[in-house]
Amino acid sequence: MTVLDVASGVLLLAGSVFAVTGGVGLLRFPDFYTRTHAVGLMDSVGATLILTGLVLQAPDLASAVRLVLIVIFLLITSPTATHALAHAARNDGVRVWAEPEDKQR
Amino acid sequence: MIAFELAEAVLLGILLVTAVAITRARSLFVAAMLGGLFSLVTASLFVLLDAVDVAFTEAAVGAGISTVLFITALALTNSREATTPRRRVVPAGLVAVLATAGLIYASLDLPRVGDPESPVQTHPITETYLKESQDDLHIPNTVTGVLASYRGYDTLGEVVVIFTAGVGVLLLMLGPRRPADEARDQAYLQAEYRVLRVVSKTLMPFILLFALYVLLHGEFGPGGGFQAGVIFGAGFILYTLMFGLGAVQRVLPMRTLVILGPIGVLLFAGVGLSTMALGGGFLDYNELNPGNPSSGQVTGILLIEIGVGLTVAAVMVAMFYALVRRGVRR
Repeated sequence: MTVLDVASGVLLLAGSVFAVTGGVGLLRFPDFYTRTHAVGLMDSVGATLILTGLVLQAPDLASAVRLVLIVIFLLITSPTATHALAHAARNDGVRVWAEPEDKQR
Repeated sequence: MIAFELAEAVLLGILLVTAVAITRARSLFVAAMLGGLFSLVTASLFVLLDAVDVAFTEAAVGAGISTVLFITALALTNSREATTPRRRVVPAGLVAVLATAGLIYASLDLPRVGDPESPVQTHPITETYLKESQDDLHIPNTVTGVLASYRGYDTLGEVVVIFTAGVGVLLLMLGPRRPADEARDQAYLQAEYRVLRVVSKTLMPFILLFALYVLLHGEFGPGGGFQAGVIFGAGFILYTLMFGLGAVQRVLPMRTLVILGPIGVLLFAGVGLSTMALGGGFLDYNELNPGNPSSGQVTGILLIEIGVGLTVAAVMVAMFYALVRRGVRR
């Protein structure tokens, strides 16, 4: 158990936490935008943490470089995809959720 | 082993749920997106089974380009599924149940996954291809060796099928053109999707470079002409979505595509005819360099992969252009 193993374990665990919370958020959040937010975190932060954890476990330099390239690609594309989703929804007239005022019902 | 079976069970479960969701979706846009998900999960299953070449194709074609083509086609038609009349539900359900029962009955005869006694493992032909192909062809990726050299005929047939499909779609889509209003398209794109435009413009060279890598590296790693053509086409489709048909046609007009498509098929068939002219059989690449057969194999495979890539890319982009510029009579 080296320092690298511990570091990569922590990163993998943190990434998994983001992935799970993203999934829960997708199911539990009230409207399209908040759900997009949950999935966006899972896509960008969760995937980046997991892949960085895997970089530390890479058997050789070639695999590590490939993983880093994938991380860079995901860091560019997944926020863009989230942005595109939210933007398209706003163009389509999807309303932002608001706390219901009438609390009695 | 348990992790492998768990992963497989989860993926198959997702596959099943997706399939049911597709049949229940009334909106065809939703069905098309779920179809993409279905392909992506299938690709993951192929990766689990170590069939990376097939997984690559499935991800690029199934999850990538066919989803886009479906959605573009839906923009021209009605995007709601018609409701099936009640009197047809019972016979159709009966056919589905019988077909499923037949497939399950047939699957009982299949060997278990990874069974060392299965015919695939014990039959001498497996050993022949895995071992002798290395001596015959000197191509590390046996899949490429089998597809491009041993089964060159079949691959030529597949390319001709894709070419024919492209010709069919282009002929069907000859009808009324959508009135081109480039100024309006440009204004819309400029105002609305600035982030997407910047990102896709930045990614474009890398997408095309990756396509070339997949094309030229097919002998060593997963990939080849087919996947490369699809990635190349996907790059241009992305560009069209972001910058409009007018902008992309200045770089790659329909006229060029209509020429490039047949050139790919002719290049493939031409390699076959040249090896015959040199005294060998059809697609017998050894004849390309009689002194050094393995270098002849590499040359031949590279040439036909380029042919496959040209035709696939040209057909994909041409079908997309045809769908986008087709007008609708309402």
